[in-house]
Amino acid sequence: MGIPHLKKTVAAAALALACGGYAAAELRDDYVAVEPPNEDHPLTEIISGYEFRTDETRALQADDFENPGYLLLEEAMETWEEVDGAAGKSCASCHDDYEESMAGVGSTYPKVVDRDGEKVFTNIENQINHCRTEHMQADAWKYDKPDMLGMTILVRNVDRGEPVNVAIDGDAAPYFEKGEALYNQRVGQLDMACSNCHQDYYGMYIRADHLSQGQSNGFPTYRFKWSGVGSLHRRFSGCMKNIRAEPFSKGGEEFLALELYLGYRGQGLPVETPSVRN
Amino acid sequence: MLHRIIPILAAATLATTAQAGEVAPGDVKIVDGAIAASLTGEPGDAERGKAAFVGRKAGNCLACHVVTELLDEQQFHGEIGPPLDGVADIYSAAELRAQIVDSKVANPATIMPAFYRETGLNRVPDAFKGTILSAQQVEDIVAYLGTLKGE
Repeated sequence: MGIPHLKKTVAAAALALACGGYAAAELRDDYVAVEPPNEDHPLTEIISGYEFRTDETRALQADDFENPGYLLLEEAMETWEEVDGAAGKSCASCHDDYEESMAGVGSTYPKVVDRDGEKVFTNIENQINHCRTEHMQADAWKYDKPDMLGMTILVRNVDRGEPVNVAIDGDAAPYFEKGEALYNQRVGQLDMACSNCHQDYYGMYIRADHLSQGQSNGFPTYRFKWSGVGSLHRRFSGCMKNIRAEPFSKGGEEFLALELYLGYRGQGLPVETPSVRN
Repeated sequence: MLHRIIPILAAATLATTAQAGEVAPGDVKIVDGAIAASLTGEPGDAERGKAAFVGRKAGNCLACHVVTELLDEQQFHGEIGPPLDGVADIYSAAELRAQIVDSKVANPATIMPAFYRETGLNRVPDAFKGTILSAQQVEDIVAYLGTLKGE
Protein backbone atom coordinates (compact mmCIF):
# COMPACT_ATOMS: atom_id res chain seq x y z
CA MET A 1 0.00 0.00 0.00
CA GLY A 2 3.01 2.28 -0.12
CA ILE A 3 2.98 2.85 3.60
CA PRO A 4 6.20 2.16 5.45
CA HIS A 5 5.67 -0.52 8.01
CA LEU A 6 7.72 0.58 10.95
CA LYS A 7 7.54 -1.42 14.09
CA LYS A 8 7.13 0.24 17.40
CA THR A 9 10.47 0.08 19.09
CA VAL A 10 11.25 -0.62 22.69
CA ALA A 11 13.06 2.68 22.76
CA ALA A 12 9.99 4.59 21.65
CA ALA A 13 7.88 2.90 24.28
CA ALA A 14 10.42 3.68 26.96
CA LEU A 15 10.57 7.29 25.83
CA ALA A 16 6.81 7.62 25.99
CA LEU A 17 6.76 6.12 29.47
CA ALA A 18 9.49 8.39 30.67
CA CYS A 19 7.92 11.53 29.29
CA GLY A 20 4.39 10.87 30.47
CA GLY A 21 1.55 12.99 29.18
CA TYR A 22 1.38 16.70 28.71
CA ALA A 23 5.06 17.48 28.37
CA ALA A 24 5.78 14.50 26.15
CA ALA A 25 8.37 14.80 23.46
CA GLU A 26 7.54 15.05 19.79
CA LEU A 27 5.61 12.18 18.32
CA ARG A 28 7.99 9.98 16.49
CA ASP A 29 7.79 8.72 12.96
CA ASP A 30 8.88 5.28 14.03
CA TYR A 31 5.84 4.33 16.03
CA VAL A 32 3.07 4.89 13.56
CA ALA A 33 2.49 1.20 12.92
CA VAL A 34 2.47 -1.84 15.16
CA GLU A 35 1.97 -5.53 14.66
CA PRO A 36 -1.47 -6.98 15.36
CA PRO A 37 -1.87 -8.66 18.73
CA ASN A 38 -2.72 -12.04 17.21
CA GLU A 39 -3.35 -13.86 13.95
CA ASP A 40 -7.10 -13.43 14.17
CA HIS A 41 -6.85 -9.65 14.15
CA PRO A 42 -8.51 -8.12 11.08
CA LEU A 43 -5.43 -6.13 10.09
CA THR A 44 -2.01 -7.38 9.03
CA GLU A 45 -0.47 -4.12 10.18
CA ILE A 46 -2.00 -1.52 12.44
CA ILE A 47 -1.34 2.00 11.22
CA SER A 48 -2.13 5.27 12.93
CA GLY A 49 -4.00 7.92 10.97
CA TYR A 50 -0.93 10.03 11.66
CA GLU A 51 0.85 8.10 8.96
CA PHE A 52 -1.74 9.02 6.33
CA ARG A 53 -1.50 12.75 6.87
CA THR A 54 0.82 15.36 5.44
CA ASP A 55 4.05 16.59 7.02
CA GLU A 56 2.35 19.89 7.85
CA THR A 57 -0.49 18.15 9.68
CA ARG A 58 1.92 15.99 11.61
CA ALA A 59 4.05 18.96 12.58
CA LEU A 60 1.03 20.73 14.03
CA GLN A 61 0.19 17.66 16.10
CA ALA A 62 3.74 17.33 17.36
CA ASP A 63 3.95 20.93 18.58
CA ASP A 64 2.27 21.16 21.96
CA PHE A 65 2.14 24.95 21.70
CA GLU A 66 0.51 25.00 18.28
CA ASN A 67 -1.70 21.92 18.53
CA PRO A 68 -5.19 23.38 19.13
CA GLY A 69 -6.21 20.43 21.28
CA TYR A 70 -3.88 21.66 23.98
CA LEU A 71 -5.88 24.83 24.49
CA LEU A 72 -8.80 22.71 25.63
CA LEU A 73 -6.49 20.55 27.69
CA GLU A 74 -5.11 23.58 29.51
CA GLU A 75 -8.62 24.74 30.34
CA ALA A 76 -9.45 21.27 31.60
CA MET A 77 -6.43 21.37 33.91
CA GLU A 78 -8.08 24.32 35.65
CA THR A 79 -11.54 22.76 35.53
CA TRP A 80 -10.12 19.70 37.27
CA GLU A 81 -9.62 21.78 40.40
CA GLU A 82 -12.88 23.73 40.26
CA VAL A 83 -15.77 22.82 42.53
CA ASP A 84 -19.04 22.37 40.66
CA GLY A 85 -22.43 20.99 41.69
CA ALA A 86 -24.43 20.58 44.88
CA ALA A 87 -21.99 18.12 46.44
CA GLY A 88 -19.31 20.78 46.57
CA LYS A 89 -16.74 18.64 44.83
CA SER A 90 -14.24 19.04 42.04
CA CYS A 91 -12.65 16.26 40.01
CA ALA A 92 -9.62 16.64 42.26
CA SER A 93 -11.72 16.07 45.39
CA CYS A 94 -11.89 12.39 44.57
CA HIS A 95 -9.14 11.86 42.01
CA ASP A 96 -6.43 14.19 43.34
CA ASP A 97 -3.53 14.29 40.87
CA TYR A 98 -4.78 13.19 37.47
CA GLU A 99 -1.32 12.22 36.31
CA GLU A 100 -1.50 9.42 38.86
CA SER A 101 -5.20 8.69 39.21
CA MET A 102 -5.95 8.69 35.48
CA ALA A 103 -2.92 6.65 34.43
CA GLY A 104 -4.09 3.64 32.46
CA VAL A 105 -7.55 5.05 31.76
CA GLY A 106 -7.15 6.61 28.32
CA SER A 107 -5.55 3.53 26.81
CA THR A 108 -8.11 1.05 28.16
CA TYR A 109 -11.51 2.72 27.65
CA PRO A 110 -14.19 2.04 26.61
CA LYS A 111 -14.66 -0.73 29.15
CA VAL A 112 -17.08 -2.39 31.51
CA VAL A 113 -16.87 -0.79 34.94
CA ASP A 114 -18.42 -1.73 38.25
CA ARG A 115 -20.75 0.92 39.63
CA ASP A 116 -21.93 -0.15 43.04
CA GLY A 117 -22.27 -3.74 41.93
CA GLU A 118 -23.77 -2.92 38.56
CA LYS A 119 -21.68 -3.59 35.49
CA VAL A 120 -21.83 -0.72 33.03
CA PHE A 121 -20.17 -0.41 29.63
CA THR A 122 -18.88 3.14 29.31
CA ASN A 123 -16.41 5.38 27.56
CA ILE A 124 -14.53 8.32 29.05
CA GLU A 125 -17.17 10.88 28.15
CA ASN A 126 -20.01 8.91 29.73
CA GLN A 127 -17.90 8.15 32.78
CA ILE A 128 -17.16 11.86 33.22
CA ASN A 129 -20.87 12.59 33.16
CA HIS A 130 -21.52 9.79 35.63
CA CYS A 131 -19.06 11.46 38.00
CA ARG A 132 -20.63 14.84 37.45
CA THR A 133 -24.24 13.87 37.93
CA GLU A 134 -23.85 11.20 40.63
CA HIS A 135 -20.84 12.23 42.66
CA MET A 136 -20.68 15.98 42.11
CA GLN A 137 -24.42 16.48 41.68
CA ALA A 138 -23.58 18.80 38.83
CA ASP A 139 -25.15 19.12 35.41
CA ALA A 140 -24.06 16.67 32.75
CA TRP A 141 -21.85 18.06 30.06
CA LYS A 142 -23.05 17.86 26.49
CA TYR A 143 -21.15 15.63 24.10
CA ASP A 144 -18.67 17.57 21.99
CA LYS A 145 -18.93 20.80 23.96
CA PRO A 146 -15.59 22.32 25.02
CA ASP A 147 -15.82 21.25 28.68
CA MET A 148 -16.40 17.64 27.75
CA LEU A 149 -13.82 17.60 24.97
CA GLY A 150 -11.20 19.21 27.18
CA MET A 151 -11.69 16.82 30.09
CA THR A 152 -11.71 13.82 27.78
CA ILE A 153 -8.47 15.05 26.23
CA LEU A 154 -6.96 15.56 29.67
CA VAL A 155 -7.76 12.01 30.73
CA ARG A 156 -6.58 10.40 27.52
CA ASN A 157 -3.49 12.58 27.32
CA VAL A 158 -2.21 11.17 30.59
CA ASP A 159 -1.74 7.96 28.60
CA ARG A 160 -0.26 9.60 25.53
CA GLY A 161 2.34 7.26 24.13
CA GLU A 162 0.91 4.30 25.98
CA PRO A 163 -0.31 1.45 23.78
CA VAL A 164 -4.05 1.12 23.32
CA ASN A 165 -5.10 -1.91 25.33
CA VAL A 166 -8.85 -2.47 25.39
CA ALA A 167 -10.40 -5.61 26.81
CA ILE A 168 -12.67 -7.51 24.45
CA ASP A 169 -13.29 -10.67 26.44
CA GLY A 170 -15.36 -11.40 29.53
CA ASP A 171 -17.95 -8.74 30.25
CA ALA A 172 -16.80 -6.75 27.23
CA ALA A 173 -17.33 -9.58 24.74
CA PRO A 174 -20.96 -8.84 23.79
CA TYR A 175 -20.15 -5.16 23.23
CA PHE A 176 -17.16 -6.08 21.12
CA GLU A 177 -19.26 -8.40 18.99
CA LYS A 178 -21.89 -5.73 18.57
CA GLY A 179 -19.22 -3.25 17.51
CA GLU A 180 -17.72 -5.66 15.02
CA ALA A 181 -21.15 -6.30 13.52
CA LEU A 182 -21.83 -2.58 13.20
CA TYR A 183 -18.44 -2.06 11.58
CA ASN A 184 -19.37 -4.50 8.85
CA GLN A 185 -23.01 -3.44 8.50
CA ARG A 186 -23.81 -1.56 5.33
CA VAL A 187 -25.88 1.57 5.94
CA GLY A 188 -27.21 4.57 4.10
CA GLN A 189 -28.32 5.25 0.58
CA LEU A 190 -24.75 4.57 -0.54
CA ASP A 191 -24.95 1.22 1.23
CA MET A 192 -21.45 1.18 2.66
CA ALA A 193 -19.96 -0.27 5.82
CA CYS A 194 -16.97 1.10 7.73
CA SER A 195 -15.07 -1.91 6.44
CA ASN A 196 -15.60 -1.03 2.80
CA CYS A 197 -13.28 1.96 3.06
CA HIS A 198 -11.17 1.42 6.17
CA GLN A 199 -10.55 -2.31 5.93
CA ASP A 200 -10.73 -3.06 2.22
CA TYR A 201 -9.20 0.08 0.73
CA TYR A 202 -7.09 1.89 3.30
CA GLY A 203 -4.00 3.44 1.79
CA MET A 204 -5.82 4.23 -1.44
CA TYR A 205 -7.49 7.39 -2.62
CA ILE A 206 -11.18 8.17 -2.93
CA ARG A 207 -11.00 11.30 -5.01
CA ALA A 208 -8.45 13.45 -3.12
CA ASP A 209 -8.94 11.68 0.19
CA HIS A 210 -6.32 9.26 1.39
CA LEU A 211 -8.22 6.47 3.14
CA SER A 212 -6.80 5.60 6.53
CA GLN A 213 -7.62 2.62 8.69
CA GLY A 214 -9.97 4.85 10.65
CA GLN A 215 -8.02 4.40 13.86
CA SER A 216 -9.29 6.03 17.04
CA ASN A 217 -6.06 6.44 19.00
CA GLY A 218 -5.83 10.21 18.45
CA PHE A 219 -9.34 11.23 19.54
CA PRO A 220 -10.59 13.71 20.53
CA THR A 221 -8.78 15.32 17.63
CA TYR A 222 -8.37 18.72 16.05
CA ARG A 223 -9.69 18.46 12.52
CA PHE A 224 -9.07 21.00 9.79
CA LYS A 225 -12.45 20.27 8.28
CA TRP A 226 -14.10 21.16 11.59
CA SER A 227 -11.77 24.06 12.33
CA GLY A 228 -11.99 22.68 15.81
CA VAL A 229 -11.72 19.75 18.16
CA GLY A 230 -14.23 16.94 18.07
CA SER A 231 -15.00 13.56 19.53
CA LEU A 232 -14.76 10.13 17.97
CA HIS A 233 -18.53 9.90 17.97
CA ARG A 234 -18.74 13.14 16.02
CA ARG A 235 -16.43 11.56 13.45
CA PHE A 236 -18.64 8.47 13.31
CA SER A 237 -21.63 10.68 12.80
CA GLY A 238 -19.91 12.54 9.96
CA CYS A 239 -18.97 9.32 8.22
CA MET A 240 -22.54 8.09 8.41
CA LYS A 241 -23.92 11.33 7.02
CA ASN A 242 -21.44 11.15 4.16
CA ILE A 243 -22.82 7.81 3.09
CA ARG A 244 -26.31 9.24 3.53
CA ALA A 245 -27.16 7.23 6.61
CA GLU A 246 -29.04 8.29 9.72
CA PRO A 247 -26.31 8.52 12.39
CA PHE A 248 -26.62 6.79 15.75
CA SER A 249 -26.62 9.06 18.77
CA LYS A 250 -23.36 10.25 20.32
CA GLY A 251 -22.69 8.42 23.54
CA GLY A 252 -25.31 5.82 22.66
CA GLU A 253 -24.87 2.07 22.77
CA GLU A 254 -24.12 1.64 19.06
CA PHE A 255 -21.30 4.17 18.93
CA LEU A 256 -19.95 2.90 22.25
CA ALA A 257 -19.74 -0.60 20.83
CA LEU A 258 -18.12 0.72 17.67
CA GLU A 259 -15.64 2.66 19.80
CA LEU A 260 -14.61 -0.56 21.52
CA TYR A 261 -14.23 -2.41 18.24
CA LEU A 262 -12.11 0.43 16.85
CA GLY A 263 -9.99 0.36 19.97
CA TYR A 264 -9.23 -3.27 19.25
CA ARG A 265 -8.51 -2.58 15.60
CA GLY A 266 -5.87 -0.18 16.93
CA GLN A 267 -4.69 -2.39 19.77
CA GLY A 268 -1.08 -1.49 20.50
CA LEU A 269 -1.03 1.88 18.77
CA PRO A 270 0.16 4.69 21.01
CA VAL A 271 -2.50 7.03 22.34
CA GLU A 272 -1.96 10.32 20.46
CA THR A 273 -4.68 12.48 22.01
CA PRO A 274 -5.03 15.25 21.08
CA SER A 275 -4.09 14.48 17.50
CA VAL A 276 -4.43 16.64 14.41
CA ARG A 277 -6.16 15.32 11.33
CA ASN A 278 -7.48 16.60 8.00
CA MET B 1 -13.33 10.66 4.64
CA LEU B 2 -16.07 10.90 2.14
CA HIS B 3 -16.95 14.47 2.88
CA ARG B 4 -15.39 15.87 -0.25
CA ILE B 5 -16.76 13.16 -2.39
CA ILE B 6 -20.31 13.12 -1.34
CA PRO B 7 -21.25 16.48 0.08
CA ILE B 8 -24.11 16.41 2.47
CA LEU B 9 -27.18 17.92 0.98
CA ALA B 10 -28.89 20.55 3.00
CA ALA B 11 -32.52 20.20 2.13
CA ALA B 12 -32.94 19.33 -1.49
CA THR B 13 -33.01 15.64 -2.02
CA LEU B 14 -31.17 13.70 -4.63
CA ALA B 15 -33.42 10.80 -4.16
CA THR B 16 -35.57 10.31 -7.15
CA THR B 17 -38.71 8.47 -7.99
CA ALA B 18 -39.54 6.78 -11.24
CA GLN B 19 -41.41 8.78 -13.85
CA ALA B 20 -44.15 7.54 -16.11
CA GLY B 21 -42.83 5.38 -18.92
CA GLU B 22 -39.75 4.42 -16.96
CA VAL B 23 -38.86 1.07 -15.51
CA ALA B 24 -39.30 1.40 -11.75
CA PRO B 25 -36.34 0.28 -9.61
CA GLY B 26 -38.23 -2.73 -8.31
CA ASP B 27 -39.10 -3.87 -11.82
CA VAL B 28 -35.59 -3.88 -13.22
CA LYS B 29 -34.38 -7.35 -14.22
CA ILE B 30 -30.71 -8.10 -14.53
CA VAL B 31 -30.24 -11.14 -16.74
CA ASP B 32 -26.80 -12.63 -17.24
CA GLY B 33 -25.17 -9.44 -16.00
CA ALA B 34 -27.07 -7.22 -18.39
CA ILE B 35 -30.16 -5.05 -18.75
CA ALA B 36 -30.99 -5.07 -22.42
CA ALA B 37 -33.52 -2.26 -22.64
CA SER B 38 -33.18 1.40 -21.74
CA LEU B 39 -34.77 2.25 -18.41
CA THR B 40 -36.48 5.21 -20.05
CA GLY B 41 -37.29 3.54 -23.35
CA GLU B 42 -35.02 6.07 -25.06
CA PRO B 43 -31.28 6.31 -25.66
CA GLY B 44 -29.42 8.49 -23.18
CA ASP B 45 -27.58 11.71 -23.94
CA ALA B 46 -23.80 11.43 -23.63
CA GLU B 47 -23.23 15.11 -22.94
CA ARG B 48 -25.71 15.17 -20.06
CA GLY B 49 -24.27 11.84 -19.02
CA LYS B 50 -20.82 13.31 -18.66
CA ALA B 51 -22.23 15.94 -16.30
CA ALA B 52 -24.03 13.29 -14.24
CA PHE B 53 -20.93 11.10 -14.27
CA VAL B 54 -18.75 13.89 -12.91
CA GLY B 55 -21.26 15.63 -10.63
CA ARG B 56 -20.45 15.12 -6.99
CA LYS B 57 -24.12 15.18 -6.12
CA ALA B 58 -25.02 12.85 -8.95
CA GLY B 59 -22.97 9.81 -9.99
CA ASN B 60 -19.72 11.16 -8.57
CA CYS B 61 -18.02 8.38 -10.48
CA LEU B 62 -14.59 10.01 -10.31
CA ALA B 63 -14.58 9.38 -6.57
CA CYS B 64 -13.46 5.86 -7.40
CA HIS B 65 -12.66 5.68 -11.12
CA VAL B 66 -10.06 7.34 -13.34
CA VAL B 67 -11.05 8.64 -16.73
CA THR B 68 -7.94 9.96 -18.42
CA GLU B 69 -9.77 12.28 -20.83
CA LEU B 70 -11.28 14.13 -17.85
CA LEU B 71 -8.02 14.72 -16.00
CA ASP B 72 -7.53 18.17 -17.50
CA GLU B 73 -10.85 19.48 -16.25
CA GLN B 74 -11.23 17.38 -13.07
CA GLN B 75 -8.38 16.76 -10.67
CA PHE B 76 -7.92 13.90 -8.25
CA HIS B 77 -9.62 10.87 -9.65
CA GLY B 78 -10.06 8.04 -7.19
CA GLU B 79 -8.29 4.74 -7.53
CA ILE B 80 -10.36 2.13 -5.76
CA GLY B 81 -12.41 1.16 -8.81
CA PRO B 82 -11.04 0.14 -12.20
CA PRO B 83 -10.11 2.93 -14.65
CA LEU B 84 -12.85 3.45 -17.19
CA ASP B 85 -10.70 4.33 -20.19
CA GLY B 86 -11.86 2.19 -23.06
CA VAL B 87 -14.66 0.67 -21.01
CA ALA B 88 -16.98 0.65 -24.05
CA ASP B 89 -14.56 -1.67 -25.84
CA ILE B 90 -14.98 -4.23 -23.09
CA TYR B 91 -18.62 -3.97 -22.04
CA SER B 92 -21.87 -3.51 -23.89
CA ALA B 93 -24.36 -0.80 -22.99
CA ALA B 94 -26.57 -3.50 -21.49
CA GLU B 95 -23.75 -4.66 -19.22
CA LEU B 96 -22.78 -1.14 -18.21
CA ARG B 97 -26.42 -0.40 -17.40
CA ALA B 98 -26.59 -3.42 -15.11
CA GLN B 99 -23.34 -2.46 -13.41
CA ILE B 100 -24.65 1.03 -12.64
CA VAL B 101 -28.11 -0.10 -11.59
CA ASP B 102 -26.90 -2.69 -9.07
CA SER B 103 -23.34 -3.94 -9.22
CA LYS B 104 -23.93 -6.08 -6.14
CA VAL B 105 -25.89 -8.55 -8.23
CA ALA B 106 -22.61 -9.52 -9.88
CA ASN B 107 -20.41 -8.89 -6.84
CA PRO B 108 -22.12 -8.74 -3.44
CA ALA B 109 -18.93 -7.60 -1.69
CA THR B 110 -18.33 -4.54 -3.86
CA ILE B 111 -18.04 -1.08 -2.34
CA MET B 112 -19.88 0.35 -5.35
CA PRO B 113 -23.36 1.66 -4.53
CA ALA B 114 -26.36 0.43 -6.44
CA PHE B 115 -27.41 3.60 -8.21
CA TYR B 116 -30.91 2.50 -9.19
CA ARG B 117 -32.16 0.44 -6.29
CA GLU B 118 -34.18 1.68 -3.34
CA THR B 119 -34.79 -1.44 -1.28
CA GLY B 120 -32.59 -3.51 1.00
CA LEU B 121 -30.95 -0.42 2.50
CA ASN B 122 -30.49 0.44 6.19
CA ARG B 123 -30.88 3.71 8.06
CA VAL B 124 -31.58 5.87 5.05
CA PRO B 125 -32.83 9.34 6.09
CA ASP B 126 -36.08 10.49 4.53
CA ALA B 127 -34.21 13.04 2.44
CA PHE B 128 -32.43 10.22 0.65
CA LYS B 129 -35.24 7.75 0.19
CA GLY B 130 -35.34 6.61 -3.39
CA THR B 131 -32.61 5.88 -5.88
CA ILE B 132 -29.27 7.72 -6.11
CA LEU B 133 -29.71 8.37 -9.83
CA SER B 134 -32.85 8.78 -11.90
CA ALA B 135 -33.55 6.42 -14.77
CA GLN B 136 -32.68 9.26 -17.12
CA GLN B 137 -29.34 9.84 -15.39
CA VAL B 138 -28.51 6.14 -15.62
CA GLU B 139 -29.22 6.14 -19.35
CA ASP B 140 -27.25 9.36 -19.87
CA ILE B 141 -24.25 7.89 -18.05
CA VAL B 142 -24.51 4.69 -20.07
CA ALA B 143 -24.40 6.88 -23.18
CA TYR B 144 -21.35 8.75 -21.90
CA LEU B 145 -19.53 5.53 -21.05
CA GLY B 146 -20.28 4.40 -24.60
CA THR B 147 -18.00 7.19 -25.81
CA LEU B 148 -15.03 5.88 -23.81
CA LYS B 149 -13.31 3.83 -26.46
CA GLY B 150 -9.66 3.09 -27.04
CA GLU B 151 -7.66 5.01 -29.62
